[in-house]
Amino acid sequence: MNFEPVMNPYDLTIAEASHLLKSRRISSVELTRAVLDRVSSVEGKLHAFVTVTENLALSQAEKADSRLSSGDATPLTGIPVIIKDNICTRGILTTCSSQMLRNFVPPYDATVMEKLNSHDIVLVGKGNMDEFAMGSSNEYSTFGPTRNPWDTERVPGGSSGGPAAGVAAGEAVYALGSDTGGSVRQPAGFCSVVGLKPTYGRVSRYGLVAFASSLDQIGPLARDVTDAALVMNAIAGHDPRDATSVPHPTPDYTRSLIPEIKGLRLGIPKEYFVEGMEAGVKQVIQTAISRLEEMGATIEEVSLPSMKYALSAYYIIAPSEASANLARYDGVKYGFSVQDAENMWDALEKTRQYGFGIEVKRRIMLGTHALSSGYYDAYYLKAQKVRTLIRQEFNQAFERFDALITPTSPTVPFKIGEKVEDPLQMYLSDVCTLPINIAGIPGISIPAGFVNGLPVGMQILAKPFAEEMILRIAFAYEQATGWHKQRPPI
Amino acid sequence: MKLGREEIEHIARLARLGLSEAETERFQSQLSDIMENFDILQEVDTTDILPTAHVIEMENVIRDDKVAPSLPQDEILANAPRQEGGYFRVRAVLE
Repeated sequence: MNFEPVMNPYDLTIAEASHLLKSRRISSVELTRAVLDRVSSVEGKLHAFVTVTENLALSQAEKADSRLSSGDATPLTGIPVIIKDNICTRGILTTCSSQMLRNFVPPYDATVMEKLNSHDIVLVGKGNMDEFAMGSSNEYSTFGPTRNPWDTERVPGGSSGGPAAGVAAGEAVYALGSDTGGSVRQPAGFCSVVGLKPTYGRVSRYGLVAFASSLDQIGPLARDVTDAALVMNAIAGHDPRDATSVPHPTPDYTRSLIPEIKGLRLGIPKEYFVEGMEAGVKQVIQTAISRLEEMGATIEEVSLPSMKYALSAYYIIAPSEASANLARYDGVKYGFSVQDAENMWDALEKTRQYGFGIEVKRRIMLGTHALSSGYYDAYYLKAQKVRTLIRQEFNQAFERFDALITPTSPTVPFKIGEKVEDPLQMYLSDVCTLPINIAGIPGISIPAGFVNGLPVGMQILAKPFAEEMILRIAFAYEQATGWHKQRPPI
Repeated sequence: MKLGREEIEHIARLARLGLSEAETERFQSQLSDIMENFDILQEVDTTDILPTAHVIEMENVIRDDKVAPSLPQDEILANAPRQEGGYFRVRAVLE
């Protein structure tokens, strides 16, 4: 690795910062102060956070420094992180960017938080998001949108838009987001950072506020592939408190960082190059694919005919699960509650009327309709059968290919306000990311270039539990191209 | 298929979701448009295809029935909008 002199500590990767921390060339308190100063100077333009935990961060940094002196530090010790605001943090507001939870302080930590805290990480704050993770632009946050650091007139993507924008702009070194239909990968692509959605069951969902339980998965957002592997090492693994987490052993993901892809078989699913895809995005991805071929991979087009049904299947399955999961918000046990009501039912309906925003209501309505008597077979059951076909097509493809290469999104980051009144256009923003949530397989988005200064992400998909294959290809491409070294002009 | 006002009101009641007049109108056209897009699924032949509810093939996950401490009562109640005597306070269910 070629270390440039450290100009701005907030621009370091985890691996770089950890090296400097362990060799005592910088302290965690110094690094944390640099990051907090960066937050002070850019947060007014970006709004990546719901809550900044400045005092906590500094006290955690002091604790990390004493661990660093004692010599038993890990690569994450003393490194500042943003946690998406739907991951429970004990004693710290966890709002899901919703009125419903704007005062909710969890009495427990999510498993991923317990795991990170055991490394003595530094929590900079909680990341802004689309309400309850429903959205693709962060415009559905009740606290107002996050802006894209590459162009503040544009969206950062969503729903992990705050974590992605924050990592891109140096408001933290890495982040945890959640991905139900692309909510880690799409904002990673829009902000030119790395975003990984692990295989369903690879990372515990305990303490992640549920949106669509059969699709949700927590994943890292980072400045490069090495960092994504380091974060995966910390968060992956079986958890008895999440019955859907799998008891497979967790590998050391950094061992898959081999800059060599000679002989790997890569498939290009033609259905991903959808109608309406921007020419610039297509161009960038085709250039990236040629590069992978030059590096020695074999490239072949493949057809996954059921992908054209994935969007519809997803927007039945995810809202159906959401409508059931969000039934718990009744204004009794926690959360927003309307007291001024005629009776119990009136209180319940008003609590939900004023506690939820427009997109959450839209999805509850869609899901309730799809599950309701007379429509269940035609919508929900049909979508689940299409889900089976989509899984089968991916499985068949992975008999022939080590990985599939696609664009992350059909467009570059769009303007704030452009799609917010048009739900179907907004949903189309996830068309390239949501198929793998339906199938449960892993995928990554990595920086692949720019169109007029706006980022384009490339997606790499592999079979279940093949995160190592994904990381290897991503790492090789990253080392060969260096797009990840570009920083936004903010 | 086009959703009428009565259908929107019916769905909202099933979801126990209060809607403003403006939202009811907006959802009538938006949900109709979205549902219309779902019609594409009807062209897929799913004869003999089993539904997937869940991607991991696992049987029931069972754990030992061990006694372990739960969260303290005051922490559980700390977020409650209304509480009384160590309980969540709710509205009368029967009037």
